[in-house]
Amino acid sequence: MIDKKDVEYAAGLAQLKLDEEEKEKYTEQIGEILDYVDKLSELDTDDVVPTAYTVPMKNVLRKDEVQESLPREKSLANAPDKKDGQFRAPKIMSD
Amino acid sequence: MNIYDLTIHELKDKIAAGEMTPAEIKKAFADRINDVEDRVKSYITVTDELAENGLADYENKKDGLLAGIPIAVKDNMSTDGIKTSCASKMLKNYKPPYDATAVKKLNEAGAVIMGKTNMDEFAMGSSTENSAFFNTHNPWNLDRAPGGSSGGSAAAVAAGECAAALGSDTGGSIRQPASYCGVVGLKPTYGMVSRYGLVAFASSLDQIGPITKDVEDSAILMNVIAGHDPKDSTSIEGKKEDYTEYLKEDVSGMKIGIPEEYFNLDFDKDVKESVLSAVEKLKEAGAEVETVHMTDASYALAAYYVIAPAEASSNLARYDGVRYGLRSEHAADISEMFTNTRHEGFGDEVKRRIMIGTYALSSGYYDAYYLKAQKVRTLIKDDFDRIFNDFDLIITPTAPTTAIELGSNSDPLEMYYTDIFTVPINIAGVPAMSVPCGFDSKEMPIGLQLIGPHFGEGKIIQAAYTLEKLLDISNKRAEL
Repeated sequence: MIDKKDVEYAAGLAQLKLDEEEKEKYTEQIGEILDYVDKLSELDTDDVVPTAYTVPMKNVLRKDEVQESLPREKSLANAPDKKDGQFRAPKIMSD
Repeated sequence: MNIYDLTIHELKDKIAAGEMTPAEIKKAFADRINDVEDRVKSYITVTDELAENGLADYENKKDGLLAGIPIAVKDNMSTDGIKTSCASKMLKNYKPPYDATAVKKLNEAGAVIMGKTNMDEFAMGSSTENSAFFNTHNPWNLDRAPGGSSGGSAAAVAAGECAAALGSDTGGSIRQPASYCGVVGLKPTYGMVSRYGLVAFASSLDQIGPITKDVEDSAILMNVIAGHDPKDSTSIEGKKEDYTEYLKEDVSGMKIGIPEEYFNLDFDKDVKESVLSAVEKLKEAGAEVETVHMTDASYALAAYYVIAPAEASSNLARYDGVRYGLRSEHAADISEMFTNTRHEGFGDEVKRRIMIGTYALSSGYYDAYYLKAQKVRTLIKDDFDRIFNDFDLIITPTAPTTAIELGSNSDPLEMYYTDIFTVPINIAGVPAMSVPCGFDSKEMPIGLQLIGPHFGEGKIIQAAYTLEKLLDISNKRAEL
């Protein structure tokens, strides 16, 4: 059974900030959903190979040749903040 | 009939016969949007400039399959320089620097793109009520939801705000709204249509497909959007089919399976009667109908609610406020910027799914949840393969009920249950179409789901086309 600590842990991993009310609500709701998901344990899957893609997939390779790509200006057009042709982010290390 | 009521093939015929010009057609649909949009609210963005550009280019593209035809696109498909919000605050000002392949193909075929349609935020939901901006209303009854997540696309088609639309389907997001809005919705085989430029939700399940007024239009749109794309490594390489070849009124000898476990689920009586009566009509037309046994659909739903959130939690990690999208203005350092951006940018359901997915993938739980769900996925796929060894198609209802009242469902698990008939199809990767098969006692449309084997779109189209002719309801439009 999932508890508030689990929700806080998952939120931390997912870089989500939750207030107290959200934590309570999500603990209950996610608990109910995971209870439902637990019905998967009724199926015997000991010798079953997992499926990631349902149609035949193969590794896609191509020659290492330069192809057309987005110009820098277009790539940066949606940036919340940019400087000297680069994305700009808040400081990573403290002073 | 009004111009805005016409299908793609009818409009093409009118243009070919010189009875209408693309400019007249575009104006008729634009006027219709002006008339009804404040009540239906299908569109997040009406792209009049894009439509005018499409129209201006008509002479160069008049041999295209969609030359001069007004089409709407769900707001999770990238349109170069035009807002693509995914109905999320996170992307509310985002203008992609390129077109999705499906959009590019529409443009090449001469389509006139009318707008970008409303949806559940990041396609997570079943009623379009998870849009961060506003609700869309079902054209058949404005107090009801259009379904979701492609609710805006389905409502726009049903309301005559476009001739046809593109939606995307991860667990039923094309078929369920098509069912609720009385239109035709096809989820192609996984990999049939390029996902390049489709904002990712659950990459092993997502698929783009057509939402149309009839089956013939579905075949025409598939001819435009299907095909291998080097920019999507999961798109299928294979011979291109002409889906209009399957528009034949013939189901004689076609073997159709009716899964008892699906029909034994708890769902609306009117829906059940309508679907079974349509099946009876196919039988009278020569189809061989037999009861079959399949794994209970609730296992597929359980597997879906591990796999889809797990993939979503990974895909949505990209929204960090650095390269595009929202950035919180309240942050002292980068870590606070990440969490505040995601706190302010994501809605309730999106956060819930990211957390379920993150938890299911976290150390110590991966085997119990994600790996287990992937194994169950094998069982479900094998189950469909087994049936398709002996049968051409499987028929189920598309949704357990007709359109729900707006605001009537706030419990996530209950909302997930509305996808019980559609989710197993994405888990197995097979194609399926929702076709209108009747109306309930409140005059709301009911949808029937035709499921085919991998790459079995043709047979689905053939049976659906036959059924549509037998039922003769595809000309019925919502009154607004």
